[in-house]
Amino acid sequence: MRNRLLATIAFTAMTAMTAVSGLMPGAAQAADPIKVGAIVSATGPASFLGDPEKKVLELYADRINQAGGVGGRPVQLTVYDDGGAADKAASFTKRLIESDGVDVIVGGTTTAATMAAVPLVERAGVPFISLAGAVVIVEPVKKWVFKTPHTDRMAAEKVMDDMKKRGLTKLALLSEDSGFGKSGREQTVAVAKERGIELVADETYGAKDTDVTAQLTKVKNNAAAQAVLVFGLGQGPAVVTKNYRQLGITLPLYQSHGVASKEYIRLAGGAAEGVRLPAAGLVVAAQLADSDPQKKVVTEFTKVYEDSFSTEVSTFAGHAYDGLMIALDAVKRAGGTDKAKLRDAIEQTKGYVGTGGTVTMSAKDHMGLTLDAFHMVEVKQGDWSLVK
Amino acid sequence: MFAELLQYLLSGLTIGAIYALAGLGFSIIYNASHVINFAQGEFIMIGGMASATLTASGVPLPLAIMIGCGGAMLVGVLVAKFAVERARNASTVTLIIITIGASIFLRGVAELVWGKDFKRLDAFSGETPIQIMGASMQPQSLWVVGTAGVLIVAIGLFFARTLTGKAILATSHNRLAAQLVGIDVKRVVLASFALSAALGAVGGAVVAPITFSYTEMGIMLGLKGFTAAVLGGLGHGPGAVAGGLIVGIAEALGAGYISSAYKDAVAFVIILAVLLFMPNGLFGKRGTERV
Repeated sequence: MRNRLLATIAFTAMTAMTAVSGLMPGAAQAADPIKVGAIVSATGPASFLGDPEKKVLELYADRINQAGGVGGRPVQLTVYDDGGAADKAASFTKRLIESDGVDVIVGGTTTAATMAAVPLVERAGVPFISLAGAVVIVEPVKKWVFKTPHTDRMAAEKVMDDMKKRGLTKLALLSEDSGFGKSGREQTVAVAKERGIELVADETYGAKDTDVTAQLTKVKNNAAAQAVLVFGLGQGPAVVTKNYRQLGITLPLYQSHGVASKEYIRLAGGAAEGVRLPAAGLVVAAQLADSDPQKKVVTEFTKVYEDSFSTEVSTFAGHAYDGLMIALDAVKRAGGTDKAKLRDAIEQTKGYVGTGGTVTMSAKDHMGLTLDAFHMVEVKQGDWSLVK
Repeated sequence: MFAELLQYLLSGLTIGAIYALAGLGFSIIYNASHVINFAQGEFIMIGGMASATLTASGVPLPLAIMIGCGGAMLVGVLVAKFAVERARNASTVTLIIITIGASIFLRGVAELVWGKDFKRLDAFSGETPIQIMGASMQPQSLWVVGTAGVLIVAIGLFFARTLTGKAILATSHNRLAAQLVGIDVKRVVLASFALSAALGAVGGAVVAPITFSYTEMGIMLGLKGFTAAVLGGLGHGPGAVAGGLIVGIAEALGAGYISSAYKDAVAFVIILAVLLFMPNGLFGKRGTERV
């Protein structure tokens, strides 16, 4: 008798439990996750861009989930590392679309990786927010493709505007033979024509060169040059800066936004003093005027990032933050993750204040940043200082 | 005009000295084991990274270089012992592929240990450029050229005067005969790996202030060093040094007088020409088929 009772209780308990667990998927369905896919170059030659991007995406996905998700739905992040290879980026994009069934993709650390993913997302119709720089990503406009970082074109414009302010009209260009440098060179040539700046020298250097004095000697002996612009990423620009001082060239030296991280100042050391470059507000967070709309966002982001990783914040980390926030903000406005509605919502992003600037997109502009988003900074005593 | 030429020559000399050091490392290992060790660039990287990170944490520079050197030698011996020696009977091509594998592995480990960012090492004696007749050079360049010179002479003496050096030479001439007269060929191979690792590591430490150090710095230096070694005649020590200087100076002159876009092409055109017309390199012995 007792045994029978026990057996019944056990049976009932088990059925109840099965029922409950059977219900679980149903319960989860109510808060269906927002599936965000990401492809970044966390390893390989572009890892100094991709690594902080990956960290930021993971950090903020966690933070948002802890705060209850977006509209009660958690964010489910899937990150793949393309190792800096465009072909891998393409196959991961395919995997994100077909196997993981993501609602939106953030990423493509480099322009090459982004352009490899573009045909796939265009065909599948998945909103895609790139973290790469070149202007080709959004010009001509592609229906499903957006980007967060400033373009090389904007950098060239900002530099030439600053030159004009100083009354300089003849520029010597030194660009890196990387994708970033080549695209930067093209844009500089085009912008120079528009702004009436004369390019008096057009030199290149290898991304891994350890000495650029030969090219710089040519620039030095070019009597016409009034300023020098370097377009490159990583250690190359630091090598150029050191060689520049070694040769005793006194012309104003400009760098692109590609070196807007403290690492550049650390590597180039004293040689970086007086170098000017266009940079996002994030880099000079503490120096922005209190009235600047970006002040709050960048100060907060810097604090969260530096507390979490105890390394200095980089603009690249900011691009990933902007990408994720624009996507999630669009999910809110679209009232769900219907891909077409989500795409439209991203395109209608208006007045989003991020680390890169104030973003207002339109059907014609899938980046949404204006030249105001860039601040001209100068290296002074080993730190960035805003040029007024 | 003259100042310009002098500037190119000085630039070329600095880069060339770095290539020469790397090329010398290739030659030593090739002599002892007939292996082209593509992990040579990683020895340079270990030297550069170790001295940069150790000095940053307060270790005095000479000690940091010595630790880096010791570490690289240990790694070199391990590579020889566990990767090359085990495949002793494999073909040369297989052995070369093994060293490429070892180099990728070492880069990966280095990335885990030191991280991915660039490390800075202060120049040994300041950064005030030295002016020579209108051209200028960094004081560190003198360190590079000087260190390369001293090491090259020391290596020459080592081969000519010491028993170990002579044993390595004997092994390179005829492995079997060397074995028959009682030379422990296995140890010779280990010694040659340790030696070229040390050479690479010192090289890495002296060039670090110019090139910065990062885990991938060895790739380019290794390739150019290999070019230098082939140009001078594989296995020919002084040839590798000359090859390095020639490649460095040709690059600088090419960048200066032709176009910087073709800078790397200059080196490779030279190597192609050498391989086509002088397959044994500039100073290499005439090839005799070994059976």
